[in-house]
Amino acid sequence: MSVYFLGIETSCDETAAAVFTDELQILSNVVASQTELHSRFGGVVPEVAARAHLQRLLPVIDESLKHAGITLQQIGCIAVLNSPGLVGALLIGVSAAKMLAVALDVPLVNANHIEAHVFACRLAAQRDIFPCVGLVISGGHTSLFECQSPLEFKLLGATIDDAAGEAFDKVASILGLGFPGGPAVEREARKGDAKAFSFPRSFYKDERLDFSFSGLKTAVLYTAFGQDMSQRRHTLSEKMRADLAASFQQAVVDVLVRKSLQALEQTGLSRLAVGGGVAANRCLRAALERAASEHHFELILAPLSYCTDNAAMAAMAVEKWRRQMWAPGDLDAVPAYQPSQM
Amino acid sequence: MFAFEAATPASSAYFGKELASLLFPGAVIGLIGPLGAGKTFLVRAVAERLGIADPRMVSSPTFVLIHEYPTAPTIYHFDAYRLRSSTEFADLGVREYFEGNGICLIEWADRVADVLPDELLRITIQPTAIESRRFLVEGVGSKYVQLEGKLAARLSPV
Repeated sequence: MSVYFLGIETSCDETAAAVFTDELQILSNVVASQTELHSRFGGVVPEVAARAHLQRLLPVIDESLKHAGITLQQIGCIAVLNSPGLVGALLIGVSAAKMLAVALDVPLVNANHIEAHVFACRLAAQRDIFPCVGLVISGGHTSLFECQSPLEFKLLGATIDDAAGEAFDKVASILGLGFPGGPAVEREARKGDAKAFSFPRSFYKDERLDFSFSGLKTAVLYTAFGQDMSQRRHTLSEKMRADLAASFQQAVVDVLVRKSLQALEQTGLSRLAVGGGVAANRCLRAALERAASEHHFELILAPLSYCTDNAAMAAMAVEKWRRQMWAPGDLDAVPAYQPSQM
Repeated sequence: MFAFEAATPASSAYFGKELASLLFPGAVIGLIGPLGAGKTFLVRAVAERLGIADPRMVSSPTFVLIHEYPTAPTIYHFDAYRLRSSTEFADLGVREYFEGNGICLIEWADRVADVLPDELLRITIQPTAIESRRFLVEGVGSKYVQLEGKLAARLSPV
């Protein structure tokens, strides 16, 4: 008989709950901003206050149980993403998880939010994907990992300034394209010439596996409006705006593909798992697919429904449950990222 | 208020390190400047001076909103860019950080000015060309006026 898990995620903007089994079948995956709960309980993303999570968490859990067709009493383990994130937001999820584990008298396991983004690929693949190189690209993170097993993540490199998703949002704002920036820039880029401007590709020729997108953002700004910051508000022609979007997107994609290839080469691994919100970008997906066939590695992209923050990826905790690695009763929210090593 | 002209990124980093050496536990610094001005860059320079093991740990908190760095004293790095109101910022529980013993650096401080402490150091960064920046430093409240004076003395050519 399957063991049912309740997964909880509250690390930043999203309040999310999911029900899954020890065989990693996802029975429900509820994210507050994507349901009618969101309008019922008010607010537009971002709603980052702990109070907002507190208000939404129990309804989201109820909804996830309802979708899964089970009752709370059938839950056999609670899984929570307790790091990294905003401490006040994380604490709501962690406290709820601890309380539920005690009330139901079931084990509590925790997992790491960034690493769970890689594990979203495991859910999609429905088979073992380890060892692999993991690339997590979102609004808050841009990180490469060597993942020898689901419980052994070694950080190979990360952004030293802006995350890739943040660069998309800020460039969208520079170009006057609105929010969220990822889809807006992608749409605009389709009309433009990706070779119109040659933007910087940081660390492209370096061995190091870090990223930097701040200089790229600034280059787009200066190319759009010149160096003279006082005269910034003249409008861009449509062609200029589309070309800037396309050339910017190409620079981000080139860097992400290049660093992934370098990580595969440096680790000797032949499988790449990509998760996080920016993994939804179609230009990037296509470029990664081309690279995979050219360089003969296996590519696993998180499905769109698991790219953005969600609680299904807390299924990573099943791996700990199998090894009886319970979270301590005084489990805390850990705001800064610390890689898990066995 | 005084102005410091940095002709190069190295000179901007020097400004940040000199600033860091004068900071006291509980200091609150509001950073103001457009996209690409170098706010995160300045925080990295401060963190380097305060002993961060790896300066790459300093990155933009735009999405996660607050980063915490293992420095002495601890640096709390805030970013109000994507918040729509100062109430949202206050709701993060920022008051507790401001009243603690860390060093608080707030990007886009002008957007949340009404929930920042009455006394603080305000640094406005103006890009003057691609690589050069003007730093306008203004202390508000006696402790910070004193800090402003010390920093001005430290940075002025002998």
